[in-house]
Amino acid sequence: MELVCPAGGLPALKAAVDNGADAVYIGFGDDTNARHFAGLNFNDGRAAEAIDYAHKRGSKVFVAINTYPQTDGWQRWTRAVDAAAALKVDALIMADIGTLGYAAERHPELPLHLSVQASATNPESLRFYKTQFGIRRAVLPRVLSLAQVRQLADDAPVDLEVFAFGSLCVMVEGRCQLSSYVTGESPNTCGVCSPAKFVRWQQSGERLESRLNDVLIDRFEAGENAGYPTLCKGRFVAEGNTFHALEEPTSLNTLELLPKLMTMGVKAVKIEGRQRSPAYVARVTNVWRKAIDACKANPQTFRPRPEWQQALASVAEGTQTTLGAYHRPWQ
Amino acid sequence: MRISLGPNLYFWPRERLDDFYARAAELPVDIVYLGETVCSKRRPYGLEEWLDLARALRAAGKEVVLSTLTLIEARSELGVMKRLCLNGEFTVEANDIGAVQLLSDQGVPFVTGPNINVYNPQTLRRLKSMGLRRWVVPVEISRASLQRLLEEAATLGLLDGLETEVCSYGRLPLAYSARCFTARAHNLPKDNCQLKCREYPEGLAVRTQEGNDFLTANGIQTQSGLVQNLLPHWREMRDMGISVMRISPRPEGTESAVRALRALLDGDRADPAELGPACDGFWRGTAGMAPLSAGL
Repeated sequence: MELVCPAGGLPALKAAVDNGADAVYIGFGDDTNARHFAGLNFNDGRAAEAIDYAHKRGSKVFVAINTYPQTDGWQRWTRAVDAAAALKVDALIMADIGTLGYAAERHPELPLHLSVQASATNPESLRFYKTQFGIRRAVLPRVLSLAQVRQLADDAPVDLEVFAFGSLCVMVEGRCQLSSYVTGESPNTCGVCSPAKFVRWQQSGERLESRLNDVLIDRFEAGENAGYPTLCKGRFVAEGNTFHALEEPTSLNTLELLPKLMTMGVKAVKIEGRQRSPAYVARVTNVWRKAIDACKANPQTFRPRPEWQQALASVAEGTQTTLGAYHRPWQ
Repeated sequence: MRISLGPNLYFWPRERLDDFYARAAELPVDIVYLGETVCSKRRPYGLEEWLDLARALRAAGKEVVLSTLTLIEARSELGVMKRLCLNGEFTVEANDIGAVQLLSDQGVPFVTGPNINVYNPQTLRRLKSMGLRRWVVPVEISRASLQRLLEEAATLGLLDGLETEVCSYGRLPLAYSARCFTARAHNLPKDNCQLKCREYPEGLAVRTQEGNDFLTANGIQTQSGLVQNLLPHWREMRDMGISVMRISPRPEGTESAVRALRALLDGDRADPAELGPACDGFWRGTAGMAPLSAGL
């Protein structure tokens, strides 16, 4: 089982490699990837340095080009694909049918992984991407239960990669237009969700309010932990109750599921968080490396160690963790 | 331009559906989409009953398209999607790319729904080579971007035998999840949802703490809080070469929207702003929730 870790810059990539990542995924510094944040990601020169660093130490590098180009931006995406091919990356992570076609035709030697942004949840959709573009691996949306992942692993015509740890998308990735409904910019079109330039913090008496493009996302009492106003993680009113109507600000943590995922034949586990610090990447990679090695050595008796869980909890969003959709009652 | 009635996105009991489609047969719509696109636990009709309804609407002069479920998680859901794709009688609207695969295996022409991510002409070309004959534009694509896409598609020779449909009236389908938000609002897990969404014929309003319309919970689907109304933009659509304007069913107001659009397309007077407060931001290239611009 491969450990796939995020890097938003060279220090994070080094942290991932040094702590035992089998592969690191990165993006270029524009809207061709789904973490298009100011100051984040790689230009060609830095990417070459990153790939050199990783390859010399036996780690792979994947490049995410996983947003959806519109007509006028098309060349930016094809340039990104060509640049990644020239850099001799180990795989591209892609979602858009048009761009996948371009990559498969121009660079047939370059392995393609299907991004979570393509929303593939069943064997027939995987068959589409395999038949059309020869994808070798698919990253699953964070919507399937463990039993459903097992069935899909049995039926899938390609290798599967699942999210193991990090921020939790409650919606099917690639099929969510909530962010563009509120701000005009979405993961699909701009590589952003609830973008920072639309965020406003406002003190209102004792309370702190977070707004996204003027829409009130949450109100925090003095002393309450105020999280980033990702719009699906705010408190809203339904049927007269004010609560996290869609999702709490929690992180996904599947460490205890590791033996099951391994038995199912899941090929890789993915850590979310290209927008996070090198310290986050180092800590999470370190724990997961130890856990995967321990689980491989002794799957029958594997138990997550308390110190691992503590280390992960300390970097989790909202410091709460959940099994998410893998655990049926969450749904 | 033609008018379509999109698939009903809500969980309505059979009686309401029977009544709604009996009236739809009399409405001036050209195309009717039928089927459950949101949640497999809602089974107001079985496949045979949907087919009977489809035949009745066809006999009333409508073009009928069967819509698949959007999020396929369980093997049983895949089985239902396969049976729909193999119906052998009616065109299918694929709402998951797996359905595209199944339909192209059989060599039958198909339609793609708004959640199939077609953002550029290269994607259109690939799908057309597999049998696409009409595509519904993803809701977040702006007029300007769609215009460029269609110009480029025309240059590539893709528009012969390919129609473009725009979601033009109704609440916007914005997101899908493993979680049922209607059940969550009642503190119920999805596996014991008690089919709560039956109690909300137009979804459950989710408002901000300031009381503003925000979103609408419709089972595992999240819709816009506001109704989108692009009827005032019908001339632009006609001039761009849009073939079909889609009206999404609501418990009330569907008929008024259809009649207003029919009047506009026929060159008669109608004031689409009378249909009530609405948004049209996506079309104008801004936040989708932006209110319908005044003075159109």
